[in-house]
Order: sequence, then C-alpha cells, then structure tokens
Amino acid sequence: MKRRVVSILLMAAMAAGTLAGCGGTGSDSQSGSAASAEEGKVINIYSWNNEFRERVELVYSEVEKTSEDGTVTTLKDGTEIHWIINPNQDGVYQQKLDEALLNQGSAAADDKVDIFLTETDYVNKYTDAAADVAMPLTDLGIDPDTDLADQYSFTKVTASDMNGVQRGSTWQCCPGLLVYRRDIAKDVFGTDDPEAVGEKVKDWDTLKATAAELKAKGYYTFASYADTFRLYGNSIDAPWVSEGETVLKVDPKIMNWVNDSKEWLDAGYFNPTVKGQWNSDWNQAMGSASKVFAFLFPAWGIDFTLSPNWDGESGAWAVTNPPQEYNWGGSYVHACTGTDNPQHVKDIILAVTADKDNLLKISKEKTDFTNAQTSMREAAEDDANFSSEFLGGQNPFKYFAPVAENIKIAPLSAYDQGCVELIQNSFSDYFQGQVDYDKAKANFETAIKERYPEITEVQWPE
Amino acid sequence: MKQKRKKIDYSKWGYIFILPFFASFFIFSFVPLVDTIRYSFFEYYRSGIKEIGPNFIGMENYISLLKSDMLKYAGNTLILWIIGFIPQIVIALLLASWFVDSRLKIRGQQFFKVVIYLPNLIMASAFAMLFFTLFSTNGPVNAILMSMGITEKEIDFMGSVFGTRSLVGLMNFLMWFGNSTIMLMAAIMGISPDIFEASEIDGCNSKQRFFRITLPLIRPILAYTLINSIIGGLQMFDVPQILTNGQGNPDRTSMTLIMFLNSHLKSKNYGMAGALSVYLFIVSGILCFMVYRITNDDDSDGSKKAAKKNKKAGRR
Repeated sequence: MKRRVVSILLMAAMAAGTLAGCGGTGSDSQSGSAASAEEGKVINIYSWNNEFRERVELVYSEVEKTSEDGTVTTLKDGTEIHWIINPNQDGVYQQKLDEALLNQGSAAADDKVDIFLTETDYVNKYTDAAADVAMPLTDLGIDPDTDLADQYSFTKVTASDMNGVQRGSTWQCCPGLLVYRRDIAKDVFGTDDPEAVGEKVKDWDTLKATAAELKAKGYYTFASYADTFRLYGNSIDAPWVSEGETVLKVDPKIMNWVNDSKEWLDAGYFNPTVKGQWNSDWNQAMGSASKVFAFLFPAWGIDFTLSPNWDGESGAWAVTNPPQEYNWGGSYVHACTGTDNPQHVKDIILAVTADKDNLLKISKEKTDFTNAQTSMREAAEDDANFSSEFLGGQNPFKYFAPVAENIKIAPLSAYDQGCVELIQNSFSDYFQGQVDYDKAKANFETAIKERYPEITEVQWPE
Repeated sequence: MKQKRKKIDYSKWGYIFILPFFASFFIFSFVPLVDTIRYSFFEYYRSGIKEIGPNFIGMENYISLLKSDMLKYAGNTLILWIIGFIPQIVIALLLASWFVDSRLKIRGQQFFKVVIYLPNLIMASAFAMLFFTLFSTNGPVNAILMSMGITEKEIDFMGSVFGTRSLVGLMNFLMWFGNSTIMLMAAIMGISPDIFEASEIDGCNSKQRFFRITLPLIRPILAYTLINSIIGGLQMFDVPQILTNGQGNPDRTSMTLIMFLNSHLKSKNYGMAGALSVYLFIVSGILCFMVYRITNDDDSDGSKKAAKKNKKAGRR
C-alpha cells in the first residue's frame, strides 16, 4: 500500500514536470511582494535593445549597478529595474509587448509593465486614445508645455494621440543627413568640402544632375532604392489610413518614389545588386570596395550602421545637407497604464528625456542627436566637443540642427510599419523588372490585406 | 488469489505510465486542434492592440480563402516540392542500391552514410541562411563564378523565379536525400538474397536486377517515402521563408501554403489561419489515409503479385 502511494506521488511529480516546462511564460516569481509600499519594488521595462538601458545608466542618478548579464539594474533605494528585451525583427518585440499589455490588468503588481519603448513606425499603435495603454504624461505629473518645452515639437506631435494628448517622450530626435565618401567627392567634384558638396545635392533636380556626373565616373549615387524611401515616405501629407476608416490611401509622394526609383535604377544611379536595406549586400555597399557615393542617415545610422560596416580609415566620410529634410526613426518612452511605480517612472522619463544637461551628456557620450533645441544649437557651434573622428573631425551637429528644425513629420497611422515594409517589397519586384506596374500594385493590395484584415480597400492616387 | 492481483496491477501500471503522454497530448495538441477548427468559423483578429471578435461568421473564411490566391500558393508548394523530390528519390535509389550491392564492395560505407545524412542534422533555417549568404548577389558563389570567368556580371540568383525555386529545391534535396537513402537501404536489405542469387544464375544483368527485382520489391516503402515526403512538402516553410525573407519573392512565386498561413498570423488572424489549417488538415488526412492503405492493405490495390511478395517480406 505504502509503495503504491509513493508510486502515485512519483507519477504526479513526473506529470507535473512534463507540463511545467511548457506553461507559465513570464511568471518567474520576483522577490518581495508589492504589499510593502505604494511604489512597487520592481520596474519592468520593455525594449528591443540595450540603447535605453545604457542611457538610463548614464544619466539617471539613482542607478546603483547593473547585473553582469544586463537584465537587472538596481537603484539606490533597492528598487530593481528588470529589462525585458525582445528583438524588433519580425515583430517579435511587439508580439511580446502586446501579450504583456493584454495581461496588464490581471498581472501581479511586480509583473506589470511600467515603461515600454516604441519606434516611430509603430508608436501610433500604442498612443491610441481608445487603447489607452500609454499614460498621458500629465497623469504622471509631467507638464509637456513646461517640462518638455525645449523638445522639438514634431517629436511631441508624434508621441501624442489623436486628441493631442502627449503620451510619450523621447530623448532623441532623428534628423537625417546625406553622408558621403570624401574620396569619391574629390574624384568627381574635385573637392570634398561639405558646403560645396551640399550645393550639389541641395534638391532632387540638382541631385539628379549630380547623379549623372557620378555615373559618368562609374559611381553609384545611393546603394538602393530603399535608401531614398524615408525622404518621400516620411513627408506624406495624409496618413496611410485615416482615423476610423478602413480605406488605405496611397499618397502621391509614395508614387513619386516609385517612379523616381524606377527611373534612377534604370539610369544606373543605384547599385543594381543591392536590393533593399538591412541585408549583406547593403552592408557591403558601405565598405571601401564599394562604388556607392552616399547614404541617407540620421545620427544613429552613422553610428550603428555605417561605422561598423566601413573597413577603411576613419575620416573617409563627411556629412552634408540632404536633398530634403526628413526624420528617420526615434525611440519613444511611454509610461504604461497600470504601473505600480509612477514616481520612479516619472523620474526616469524626466531624467532621460527632459533634463538639458543629461541630454547634452548623451549627445557627447553616445553621439545621439538629442531632443533639446537649445543644447543642439549650442552643440552645432561647439566644434571642440562635438566633432566626430569618423567624419574626419567634422561637427555633424552643425548640419543636424537646421534639418531638425525644418522637419515636418508625416501624419501617422497604426498601419505605418506594414505599409512601409510591404510597399517596398511589392515594388522591388517592379524595379527589377520581374512584374509590371499593375501587378506590383495588386501584390501590395494582397499583402496589405493579409497583414491588416480590416483594410477593405486600397486607393491609388490619380 | 495474490498472484491474480499482481497481474492486474501490472497492466494498471502500464496505463498509468503512459498517462503523462496522453494528458500532455490532450492539453497541448488536442485542445488547440479543436480550437483551431472552432476559430476557423469566427472573425477573430487583432487590429493594433485591440482584439476584433470572435464573431461567428460561418463559412466566410473558407470562401474568402478559395477566392484568394490560395490555390496559386498550393501550386507553388507543389512545384517547390517536386524540384526537390525528384533528384532526391533518384539519387537515393542509386546510392541505396550501390551501398547494399555486395559485389561493388564500396569502401568507407559507414563514413559516407554518415556524411550524406549530415545535412539533415543542420536546422533548416540555418541552412537557408547559409544559402542566402552564399548565393546573394555579392556573395561568394558569384565571386567564384566571376573569377573563374564563367560569368561577367553577378548572377541575381534570388531575383529570378527559376533561381529562387531551384535554390529551395536544391536545399530540400540536400537535406533529405540522406534520409531517403537510409530508408531505401533498409528496404533493399529486406529483400531475400536468394532472389538476387537466383536471378544472377539465370543471367540477369545489374540493370535488369534493379528494375525487375529491387524496384518492384521495395514498392511499398517507396510509396511510403513518397507520401511522407508529400506531407512534409505540404508543410514546407522554413527554407523559403528564410531565403525570401517571408515574402515569397519574386512576385510571390515561392510563397508556400504555410508561409501564407504565417502571413495571416502576423495580424493574429486566428479565423483565417484556422480555416487554412483546416484545409491543410483535410489534405494531409487524405494522404495519411493513403499511407495507411498502402502499408496495411496487401490485397485490393496493386496486383496480387505485389501482395504476395509483401506477405513474404512481412514474414521474414
């Protein structure tokens, strides 16, 4: 009899063991319950890389230390920040975040999301007033008009819902520039002076003439048709999908991109072997063996993408004004509705995105173009502190600052990410001559309706 | 009395020990299966972070799938499978008959058996990633071809329908021919050596021996391999997904059914994805039934001769 009981117990343990491995994701119990005080002991921050953590460590004065593996940061008062990092690729980050947000109501206090980050491509999905997952900043005790007065206004618009309530804040601002190879500029134009080159690329018509010059010497102006997309795509006049509608309207500017890109590719101004961005061909186009003259990048692009792919001496690149002002990217910080650490969340947001000295420090240490108008104007003048070795001693802020002030941010919709990705994919077949124009359009319609089942119709301009 | 009891106990323990499997199967496979079928009759997806549905809409998902390009993707899947399967089965047959032929005396047989099976051990996605890099326009394959003077300009392998499909086929072939070889070897070794001996005495040459003896005798296993491969091919996903970045480029010509399913899951469209899964389930079910018939039934289909031989093989 006794043996039988033992066996049954063993069985049960075995069954439990089999099942336990599969269930309960994210339910790892954390030390200390929320019963102690108003403020919870754990701040959960959702992000897709270490960018935000590094900035918090850099400027948030309460930080005591971060664990070796970078998953837990302890604050001086004993509160722990838990970093929940999921990669952005293939929408993994958003999937995990969405799951957590849907469970926010029922999660234990210390498991609740306190802060999450979003990118410009999908910020609108989370600032939606009806969804109400990102807290209005005023509810936290941050007054955007006074506390965030020095921020660039377009970043505030981006982080606001349809009623104009700001629901997020950012430390960075991503005005884009034209980054060019000095040696190619010297070879073709006889000078690598940013002012002179800037004249050659000041608008699309001039740039096209310049492209022909580059072509004559055997150089490509840009690597791929995807490189120019942000300049067109981020300056559209109406959102892809208007609020409350299910009709997707393709902006005429997008069709301009399609037509110009086809023309440029056929004319040989792009490298035909580079298809889109973020692939190895594109990365190779940034190497010293490449014939590509320029890239269109904001500050993070120069730092995270161009610089690691460049295999020559530093100082070979320089920046100048782009043919058109544009913004590309930007990470927004949101306080999550239902957070149990509102005071800490407020402090972190203010420290990383509002404090002038902190922002200047981030600019200096991390070369971000930060979200503070006055400091950036100062940085533009301060060649001694802000010159870049990679750019051959040039001070890029001198070019970033005026672009940032002239950016008109495109009206956003919750569908931007899919639209941007799918229109580039669908038309890349057209650029390469695989399908005709109408087929590319039809492919886009199919793909977008797959991605967003609620879209009922796609309207093309004309 | 005591002895009798013990007997009963043993069988009971047997059931208890297989219980964990059935419990976990029920929870993790059966319940989701039923749920999938249930949701296929609902409108149920996520728009942003808002959930739409579930609203019952009857057969609408099924109808709209039939109206979509589903059949085209089914065609793609079939083509991709065939380009991989034909070389796979031909090479596997050839290798299997060579390996078991005692007169050839191939040295290092064990070594080759391991080597041809190796590609199957690599994860399909890693394999696809490798090929993606190798065959990219500025990749090493193009560099080699150009330095050997075979082409002057880079070949855009992944930019053409033919190129992409052949790459997918090639990868599937490389991954699976070792597996088939080993299966077929087992089948050929199951044939009585008496028959081979007798045929040789009767003056059979090797070609005749292969087509008249080996092939007919391994037919059940061949059929099993074929159908198994069709079912696997139906679910082809990882290789083309990674190779074309989930887009099925160019012009959606390498988009397989499961990739199509996956693109519905990006919007968490459980209804539509469920309906597609049910279609796939039905097709796989039919194929499974055919396997069952072929492996268990030794009378009705095929000739009686085959059935006899089957029985013989079964007795050994």
